[in-house]
Amino acid sequence: MFSNILIYFVVIPLIMLLGLFLCRNIQQIRAVAVTGSVALTALSIWLLIDYIGLRHAGVTDPMLWVDSWEWFAPLNIHLAVGVDGISIAMLILTGVILITGSFASWEIPQPKEFFLWLVLLSTGVYGFFISIDLFTMFMFYEVALIPMYLLIGVWGSGNKNYSAMKLTLMLMGGSAFLMLGLIGIYYHSAPEGQPLTWNILEIARNGAISHGWQTFLFPMTFVGFGVLGAMFPFHTWSPDGHASAPTAVSMLHAGVLMKLGGYGCFRVAIYLMPQAAHELAWIFIILTGISVVYGAFSACVQNDLKYINAYSSVSHCGLVLFAILMLNTTAMTGAIMQMLSHGLMTALFFALIGMIYGRTHTRDIREMGGMMQILPYLSVCYVIAGMASLGLPGLSGFVAEMTIFVGSFQHADLFHRIFVIVACSSIVTTAVYILRVVGKLLYGPVYDEHHMSLTDAKWWERTSTAALIVCVAAIGFFPNFFVDLIKFTFSPEIFTVLGLN
Amino acid sequence: MDITIPILILAIPLFMFIFLGLVGVKMSHKLAGTLGTLGMGTVLILSYYTAFTYYFSGNPAFIDGTNRLQAVIFDQTWLQFTPSLAIKLGFLLDPISAMMLIVIPTISFMVHVYSLGYMHGEKGFQRYYAFLSLFSFSMLGLVVATNIFQMYIFWELVGASSFLLIGFFYTLPSAVSACKKAFIVTRFADLGFLIGILVLSFYTRELDFLPMTQNPAGVLASFEGASFLGASALTWALVLIFTGGMGKSAMLPLHIWLPDAMEGPTPVSALIHAATMVVAGVYLVARLFPLYMLEDAALMFITVVGAATAFYAAMVACAQIDIKRILAFSTISQIAFMMVSLGVASRNNVAIHEGLGYMASMFHLFTHAMFKALLFLGAGALIHAVHSNNYTAMGGLRKYMPVTHITFLIGCLAIAGIFPFAGFWSKDEILAACFANGTFWGIWMMMVAAMTAFYMFRMYFLVFWWDNPDYEKEHHGHRPHDPGLAMSLPLVFLALVSTVAGFIHFGEFVTFDGHEYQIHINWAIAGLSMGIAVVSIIFAGWLYAKKNDRPKRMADSCRWLWTAAHRRFYWDEIYLFITRRIIFDGICKPIAWFDRHIIDGTMDGLAFITNKASVAIKGFQSGKVQMYIWWYLMGAVVLGLIVAVCVL
Repeated sequence: MFSNILIYFVVIPLIMLLGLFLCRNIQQIRAVAVTGSVALTALSIWLLIDYIGLRHAGVTDPMLWVDSWEWFAPLNIHLAVGVDGISIAMLILTGVILITGSFASWEIPQPKEFFLWLVLLSTGVYGFFISIDLFTMFMFYEVALIPMYLLIGVWGSGNKNYSAMKLTLMLMGGSAFLMLGLIGIYYHSAPEGQPLTWNILEIARNGAISHGWQTFLFPMTFVGFGVLGAMFPFHTWSPDGHASAPTAVSMLHAGVLMKLGGYGCFRVAIYLMPQAAHELAWIFIILTGISVVYGAFSACVQNDLKYINAYSSVSHCGLVLFAILMLNTTAMTGAIMQMLSHGLMTALFFALIGMIYGRTHTRDIREMGGMMQILPYLSVCYVIAGMASLGLPGLSGFVAEMTIFVGSFQHADLFHRIFVIVACSSIVTTAVYILRVVGKLLYGPVYDEHHMSLTDAKWWERTSTAALIVCVAAIGFFPNFFVDLIKFTFSPEIFTVLGLN
Repeated sequence: MDITIPILILAIPLFMFIFLGLVGVKMSHKLAGTLGTLGMGTVLILSYYTAFTYYFSGNPAFIDGTNRLQAVIFDQTWLQFTPSLAIKLGFLLDPISAMMLIVIPTISFMVHVYSLGYMHGEKGFQRYYAFLSLFSFSMLGLVVATNIFQMYIFWELVGASSFLLIGFFYTLPSAVSACKKAFIVTRFADLGFLIGILVLSFYTRELDFLPMTQNPAGVLASFEGASFLGASALTWALVLIFTGGMGKSAMLPLHIWLPDAMEGPTPVSALIHAATMVVAGVYLVARLFPLYMLEDAALMFITVVGAATAFYAAMVACAQIDIKRILAFSTISQIAFMMVSLGVASRNNVAIHEGLGYMASMFHLFTHAMFKALLFLGAGALIHAVHSNNYTAMGGLRKYMPVTHITFLIGCLAIAGIFPFAGFWSKDEILAACFANGTFWGIWMMMVAAMTAFYMFRMYFLVFWWDNPDYEKEHHGHRPHDPGLAMSLPLVFLALVSTVAGFIHFGEFVTFDGHEYQIHINWAIAGLSMGIAVVSIIFAGWLYAKKNDRPKRMADSCRWLWTAAHRRFYWDEIYLFITRRIIFDGICKPIAWFDRHIIDGTMDGLAFITNKASVAIKGFQSGKVQMYIWWYLMGAVVLGLIVAVCVL
């Protein structure tokens, strides 16, 4: 079992949990958190290099390092693992956010418990990304969701009990749909007379889910994952949840957890039920298209920095699902790029908001101003994050959005055209709300004299933000590397739905 | 041609930006300024070398007999979308990009030198030079683009650097709102550009310029007569792409950002908002001109927008008080000249007069960059001297600032189109092109040319003649004086260029199809337009050369018109209404309310119902045994009764 590299993505967090449990002071806790997350990131980068090597050597399997260990025989549940380029991209993203999140919570109160829950959460995330067994995937998914309740409820701010409850319940509601869908898939996973399976690759190979069942199970799974991807109208947990969550949790949640939604939609809903995806995509294109503009317009009139960013996430994550539903290679590549890009830049945003909030004790942009003079480092980072968000070339947002728009525009019918143009219009609205914040918060005269005495970023804050900016710029400067990494997954032989177009 | 030099042309400013941006804070002002200027000086030499190689080397890659060719020096795939569509980053050398390789570094270098004096001692001096380098990089990348998406990338980058430079004095609320406005208005225009690119690339399966522009018939064929809402899809694509140009080049009705952009430092206005970035729209149309030739509707649209803008901006310029605003509107008007010139250059897919309009447009772009940069830098010297942007604080300055006076006068003569200054030659070509297309356009543009001469000399006389205020009293004993060497040298250099640039045989270098031809001055048109310009100047002199009440009486006789022009015909108010009342109050706020109260209310309502329902039924689980027995007995009785009724 331990000869498979992937299993270490779950083992290392478990060791970290043990280590944290034994820690006696904050230095040790920090050491464990940083060492562990660096180890995880290093492991995923090593995996990436190995993966590229194997692909260059001509290995064409849809997933590599595939392995399966029986867990519960009567229901045929396995711990099955395997990754492709997309999973690896997500693993690296998780590692980066975990490192930067650890630095961003350098001085959190009750660090031991905080990091325990945070690492448990990341165990779930890592487990989710490496699993190819629907049941274990779902289990890890839940493992990632539950700690959120405590993290927000205990370490949060503002109306935290309400937000924690709301977030958890809404995501649980999504899980209910999802579980129904997954069990449905299981019972139709194999042709008559053959053993049923939870394994994604086997289910896809069997292609046994009948058309009628697909039209039922596709919406179930898509909505189930879509709730976590902040799809309209199931997105309202996002603003409240993010607003109350502590910095690192917001970072991890918006940066990685919301990606679970998009990843699941594409790995389960579309991959396993291509016919239904092809027929029913239009319903969800409408919903996600609404998400894109709706989130952007809502963000324009918010005054709380976290609300602005949460609504902006609704818009950007809406674009992820929107692009996945376009069901062509280019747009889906764009969707994955957007997941990476949004994960990094929104983590950067939440880190910066947390740092500003930690100093000014307010997130209301009407009560702040002229931060550029007081906190130049943080303000410059904020402008860079904003520029990435509004899609400035050279940063990650541009690459993702343009790939999505060009890909989506390949559909020649009027319905798609209209929605693509509507989605495109978000680039203007995004500029409006980003520049509104830049103008009010960073530029202009100093609003509050008391803010004059604030000090700029500490070294761990600089590490955290600089690392994220480097990643955002790396994608922006060398997009082809990432696109190539992802692209192999979308070959028509593997991805049945592409053959249907 | 070796690719090292083209790469360096782009790499040096990019490196300067990153270098000054990261470690500039630690440097002294002097070091940062020197480094930035030296970097730009190197780029200047390298791009001159490249341009001269292109025009004069006789290399078969660049010229075939008398026919100039388009040469891709390098091309690197940056982002692959589909097998046929990819963003490439490359370096295209052709007549117009080589010309821009002269214009941009020249002006940029002059502005770098000038800023050493003008921005002396400003807070954030290093940042200023970093942004200037970013802008130079983006603008150079834009003009050498081989791929329409490459152009879009650099198009966005020049927009962002313009945003950063307009907002350079970020503590001033007016600068903050100006930079936001500039970015958002141009961004809105870029949405059109993007959709245009999407439509064009969908049909042509191509993002590179050369396969499209060298084979327009193939482009037309690839559209297969597709149409939408009564216009062909190609027209839509071209008009949408032109929308992007309307935003950047401040054409009506997307012009509103440019006057406000004057909140930036004056050298920035000279570089970005007069000479280089704002002509990007003209350059874009010129770059895709073979495609525009296919659709007369698109060209007509460009002509009409340009002609309306030229007239509008000239009207407004006559009634402004701020000298930078006057220059800004004059810029809008002059860019509109270039647009019109392109618009009239072809009809029915045939270039009129061997594409005279195209050549004239590029010629005017070249000369205008020189004399408008000169005027802006001169205005900077004036503002430096009297610490005000308004001509009301000036007057009689010719005695105090002789160098500024002479150079500014040369700039004014050039823009007014007086022989032998640069503007005379290029404007004459534009007017000739307009007359060649239709008398109406010719007369219309000649009228605007006359207005140009009037408003420029109105400003000139009001600043340098008119009254003679007591400066020593107003400025605590300081007399206004000519600026130092760093600022004077660029003025003198640009004044020299503005004087002689008209004598360049431009037709030998830039033509729409690369064939060299000789420019012939049409003396009938040239004489007439110059005559009108001289009359306008004399009229301006009669009104403003000496302090009198004629201007006031004239304004009073037509007060409503003067006020309307002064308020820029209320475009800003209209936009404010649309953004505040319709978009913010009418769309954003209702959506935010809907989200909080309807969508979120439904979720909270579900939770509320669940909660109430569980409260209602929780009594059943009370744990009181007596209750359980009571319910048990009652149930048994009811069941017994039912059974009894059924049996009996």
